[in-house]
Amino acid sequence: MLAEGIFIYLAAAITILSVLVITRKNPVHSVITMLVLFFHIAALYVTLNAEFLAAVQVIVYAGAILVLFLFVILLLNLKEEAVARRYVGPWPLGLMAAVGLFLAIIVSLDSFVAGPKGAFTTEVIKAETNTKALGKILFTEYLYPFEVVSIVLLVAIIGAIVLAKKRLRS
Amino acid sequence: MDSYLLIPFLPLAAFFINIIFGRTLIKDKAHWVSILAVFGSWVVSMMAVAEVLQGKTVNADLYTWITSGGFKVSVGFLIDQLTSVMLVVVTTCSTLIHIYSAGYMHGDKGYYRFFSYLSLFTFSMLMLVTANNFLQLYFGWEAVGLCSYFLIGFWYEKKSASDAGKKAFIVNRFGDFGFGIGVIMIFLTFGTLHYIPIFGAVNGMVGQTVDFLGMQVDLPTLIALLLFCGAVGKSAQIPLHVWLPDAMEGPTPVSALIHAATMVTAGVFMVARCNPIFSLSPVAMDVVAIVGAVTALFAATIGLVQNDIKRIIAYSTVSQLGYMFLACGVGAYGAGIFHLYTHAFFKALLFLCAGSVMHAMAGELDLQKMGGLKKYMPWTYLTMFVASLSIAGVPGLAGFFSKDEILWLAYSGPSPVGKLVWAIGTIVAFLTAFYSFRLIFLTFHGKFRGSHEQEHHLHESPKVMTIPLMILCVGAIASGWVGIPSLLGGGAHFTEFMKPVLGHLEGHGTHAEEWMVMAISVVAGLSGIGLAAFVYLREGDLAATVTQKFRFVHQVLWNKYYVDELYDFIIVRPTIWIAKNVIVGVTDGKIIEGIVNGVPELIGRFSLWLRSIQTGMVHQYAAVMAIGAFVVIAMVLLW
Amino acid sequence: MIPLHWYLWLSAVVFMVGVAGFLMRRNIIIMFMSIELMLNAVNISLVSFSRYLDDMRGQILVFFIIAVAAAEAAIGLGIIIALFRNKVTAHVDEANEMKG
Repeated sequence: MLAEGIFIYLAAAITILSVLVITRKNPVHSVITMLVLFFHIAALYVTLNAEFLAAVQVIVYAGAILVLFLFVILLLNLKEEAVARRYVGPWPLGLMAAVGLFLAIIVSLDSFVAGPKGAFTTEVIKAETNTKALGKILFTEYLYPFEVVSIVLLVAIIGAIVLAKKRLRS
Repeated sequence: MDSYLLIPFLPLAAFFINIIFGRTLIKDKAHWVSILAVFGSWVVSMMAVAEVLQGKTVNADLYTWITSGGFKVSVGFLIDQLTSVMLVVVTTCSTLIHIYSAGYMHGDKGYYRFFSYLSLFTFSMLMLVTANNFLQLYFGWEAVGLCSYFLIGFWYEKKSASDAGKKAFIVNRFGDFGFGIGVIMIFLTFGTLHYIPIFGAVNGMVGQTVDFLGMQVDLPTLIALLLFCGAVGKSAQIPLHVWLPDAMEGPTPVSALIHAATMVTAGVFMVARCNPIFSLSPVAMDVVAIVGAVTALFAATIGLVQNDIKRIIAYSTVSQLGYMFLACGVGAYGAGIFHLYTHAFFKALLFLCAGSVMHAMAGELDLQKMGGLKKYMPWTYLTMFVASLSIAGVPGLAGFFSKDEILWLAYSGPSPVGKLVWAIGTIVAFLTAFYSFRLIFLTFHGKFRGSHEQEHHLHESPKVMTIPLMILCVGAIASGWVGIPSLLGGGAHFTEFMKPVLGHLEGHGTHAEEWMVMAISVVAGLSGIGLAAFVYLREGDLAATVTQKFRFVHQVLWNKYYVDELYDFIIVRPTIWIAKNVIVGVTDGKIIEGIVNGVPELIGRFSLWLRSIQTGMVHQYAAVMAIGAFVVIAMVLLW
Repeated sequence: MIPLHWYLWLSAVVFMVGVAGFLMRRNIIIMFMSIELMLNAVNISLVSFSRYLDDMRGQILVFFIIAVAAAEAAIGLGIIIALFRNKVTAHVDEANEMKG
């Protein structure tokens, strides 16, 4: 009963906060709202026994990415945003597309069939701790993808520098 | 046998060498290549003729050209009596005219081009005469037409020359169309295009009829007349004679070689070659004879009044070609070929002499501006005089024997129109003598009527030109001696020689009749010369008086019976009208251009419309993506 | 225990909000945040799958997604700066140079 209560609270908060994120006029408000949203999602991860991801969610998303957003917003100094239109012209069309997609996903949920269960039951993870279990798989079975991700990040760093750098000439 | 290959292919090699290297490397040495090639060809031809004289004929396929089902054509050679005569004519005239051209064309900027075309022509003509099947004949036939076009329009900067070239080509299309159909009919009838099997099987054709344009037509007559169509075009007979006088726009050696001695006689050669087919159809034979006779008379009368030295000889050529057809038409193929053979020498000689005169007169063609050239150019005068005597049929010279043979066989032969064409031929003999000597007297006798600069410029042509004249002059005198009739103590060797190919037509008449026919033609010729002398050698203006008196006749003749004007009115103008208004205006302008421009226009408009999808707006792309995802999920769910 | 479908419903809702935000907003920074929302929606469903199927692979995927999202954010924000430098706007409907 407690678990359901927590989930309902988190779900309601996540839904409302996400709607707020996309409707705020001032991007700074959106980012702040999103920060709160990410904490809630992290909490949701904890209820799903994914403590490590909860930590990563807070550290990377809330700590790094959102700060980057905030940094860009302040860097660009979007003054005219306060008076400009918030939505594109045909926004009802976008809304309809989103709702349609949502309905399609909801309808398709019924046909979802769970696959075979894995070895990492709650008890196993409890005995080994979540982080250790994740690390074991990550550095054995998923070592190559992990290394590829490091390269992706490296490319992103270089790309971001190249894109954001001021042109030296002209 | 293999050495016979050299006969056509030496000139072909010369053509390629000259056309490829002529502009950059050979330049004014181009004549050496061509002359050596054609001379080599002449030597091999003479060897071939010697073989044939011993009775060894050759018929061999060298190379299979086309095989398609039952249709099989090869490149092959048939060297028999008829071919050997043509080889003599073509290679001899060709060699001499090549040499003459080296002098005549000296300094022309298209020198190498001239010689390469001349070599190509020689190749084509030799392919034509040595062919052993109809397709190779047709190939040579069209190739000589092409070379003729090149060479008539050789000075293409001159509008009249390029027009004349086009005219020759287009007029020949009419004839060649019939010829082509004729060849197809032969293939359909016999299933092969080789001469020997066809001529062996022609008798199976007798009595067959064929549905042609809805009428039942006698098959041999149809084929013969279709083939004759081609001959009419190539040999400039009525009604397709109009191109030959205009062809005189080309350089004079070309006129001598192509438009007098060799190419234009291809029609006669072809009719003689196909004599087994023609002989099956009395109707076709009569048509050939009548067309020949009428053309002979028609061209001779035009020749009477012309003032252009080359055109007179051109009409003379048309007239003499008519004579040859007349002979073929009465069945005297041997006599026709005999006349072809002698005519080649004296007519080439006449043209080359005319070229020599033009050379001296700086290109002047008008007889009325010449006169008294005798003392400036004695060799030209002498040789041209002999040639004119020969064409006039003065006894002892080449023209006499061949002409006499034709007239006698026309008179005495079995042809129903024989007497008629004999009468016409005799009149033509008189007219020929008259206009030939009118030409001589106006050119070489009397006082010079041109300008002072021209008079100052007058000179005899260089040796490279006069020596071929002398050699041809020997031919004009002596080439007939191989066919002296038995009446005059000769053996009629020529027609005997041709007998295996052309058959032999026996004249049925007494010796007295034969003497009479001969006497009449001689009298006609001599009186023509005499009348010309009477009119043009005496001081006074008898010619002008007669012209005044018969103004209408003179006008008609002067305008060549208005044939060109008639064709212009009934063919050229309607054709141009249709081309302009129907083809350009509707077919090309509306339909073709409509499709060609319409399709891209349509695609362009569609693309313009389609382009509006690509707005550059990220939102729309994303929305399309979302809708697409929705559709995909919906499809997965619903199926 | 909470049924799996609840999590999936929540994931779908967040995803829908993300899509709607992306399609509706003019501000390119908000659009980027919408993308992050969509990624998080997917993450929620993946983590819940991992929990309900007793399998760690879902969490591994989430880990990778977070890494890629970081990379994507860095690049995306770089693009935003470049766009702003050239057009002095953060509104995507004013940047349609790619119009055909």
